[in-house]
Amino acid sequence: MMTSEDPMTNEPRHLRRMTNIWVIASVVVDVLFWFLVGPHMAPGRLTSTAGADQTDINILMVIALPVLLAVWVFLGYSIRVWSSKKNGPESVGGPAAAGHKGVITAWIVTTTVIVLGLAIFGTIALIADHGSGGGEGPNPIWAPAGATAAETAALTKGDSWSPSSGKVLVVQVIAQQWKFTYRYPQFGGFETTQLMLPADTSIAFNVTSLDVIHSFWAYQLGVKADANPQQNNVAFTDTKGPGDFTVRCSELCGLWHGAMYDFGKVVSASDFESWATSTESANATNTSYLAPFAWTYVPDANGAAGGYYIDANVTPYSKSELYGAKQ
Amino acid sequence: MSMRGRLTTVLVLFLVAVGLVVVCVAAFIRPGTPGGVTDFTKSQPAGQPVHILAQTVGSIGYGPHPTWVTYMVMNPTTHQWVHDTTWQIPAHTKIDMTIEQFDSGSPIRNQEWGQVQGTIGHSMTLNGKTISSYNSYTGNGIGHTFAVPLMGISVPLVGVSPSASNVCGVAPCSLKLPHELIKFSFISGSSGEYPWQCFVPCGLGWLYGNGGPMSTQNYMGGFLDVVNS
Repeated sequence: MMTSEDPMTNEPRHLRRMTNIWVIASVVVDVLFWFLVGPHMAPGRLTSTAGADQTDINILMVIALPVLLAVWVFLGYSIRVWSSKKNGPESVGGPAAAGHKGVITAWIVTTTVIVLGLAIFGTIALIADHGSGGGEGPNPIWAPAGATAAETAALTKGDSWSPSSGKVLVVQVIAQQWKFTYRYPQFGGFETTQLMLPADTSIAFNVTSLDVIHSFWAYQLGVKADANPQQNNVAFTDTKGPGDFTVRCSELCGLWHGAMYDFGKVVSASDFESWATSTESANATNTSYLAPFAWTYVPDANGAAGGYYIDANVTPYSKSELYGAKQ
Repeated sequence: MSMRGRLTTVLVLFLVAVGLVVVCVAAFIRPGTPGGVTDFTKSQPAGQPVHILAQTVGSIGYGPHPTWVTYMVMNPTTHQWVHDTTWQIPAHTKIDMTIEQFDSGSPIRNQEWGQVQGTIGHSMTLNGKTISSYNSYTGNGIGHTFAVPLMGISVPLVGVSPSASNVCGVAPCSLKLPHELIKFSFISGSSGEYPWQCFVPCGLGWLYGNGGPMSTQNYMGGFLDVVNS
């Protein structure tokens, strides 16, 4: 029969007591967290990447909470049971304070398993979710099916997208001090300050910058990709139900960095198509003035004035000012 | 150190930390507005359209940065031109804006800003002619924009002729000098502070044109301070 005291020392079985307290507390806290808090954790489930982020965060919390509780239980138990008392023995030092081989081994093994497990878990999550909404550079190695073909076709005039096409929607994100603009190459390449996306669709964001380094952070989409001048940084996500999201620049980029944000919407595929076709029509005149769609654009390094677009068919006022434009 | 000394040190550091927090919170709640505020809320009866008259000048011609490009605005009370880019306007009110553009233009970095956005009718008038988009690769090009990103407003300010010889170099500029007259209207919306800026990187001599006057409040950017009347 098990007793609560060690027969050799007549001391209570402290380790067993602490373990029991810790196991019960961990189970209760983990279950409460998973069912009550987890579904409300950031960044929500508006897209596949956001949902995966939320799941990952919840799993990490379920692992982390028992570790936190272990520390707290040990600390609380120690204070309660082994705190120094008047006229009592010395509370620390002496042979009793020497390292315990079993405890040390258990600590090293446990922490190693946790860290390696998280590394493997994180790597699998990154690959399985096509980069987890992070920018993969110009040649993504974890592209979803159809993305490469859609990206290639986007550079071809006449390529289109419709809800029934099943194609990946290509969206170019152009950062500039201090605003994001968006081009839709499958809708004639129009550019707009509004970011609209169709629900239940794979999206390929192609992120670049016209000046300094920015970062495109669509928080509720679970997408975050640096916007570097003359670089195309591709990030993927699959939208789910309709909803609103916020876009912020997350790279300190100058005077109005704090105001460099806007709001986007995920709408039904048919509503998106209506919006895109009407915007394409409304912006047709200005679209005809835009440079041909390209993944990156070479900026004017000489200061004032533009000449930004490399292929713009213009008669420059000054060659020195129009570095990058056709001369 | 004695116990008393330690306690004193901790107390002093604590008070310093609290002071810093209070200063930061106060600064966040009441952001500074260098250059003062030009008040347009009392320039007309409540509910009536507000008229803002502004200039864009290639070089201000005085002050600490005489060569910098800048906006100027006409004070509605004193009718004097002032170097101020924080403008207080009433909420949910029609704002009629006139900009006298005295600077030259060129093709712009992103032709997206050649499109008139967020104004009533999605258009503006350029010397009396209504337009909704201006091709910066033609004509005189675009010198600046007046844009309030959080209101979705952007208006291209077409440049004066590159062949003009007597371009204004000291603000405020006389209408006798070469200029373009741009007019548009918008609705001010809800109360709040809305940054406005130029989207043409017009900081001549600065890398990518976005330094200097583009990165200093009171030159090519400021605030629309929208208040409930």
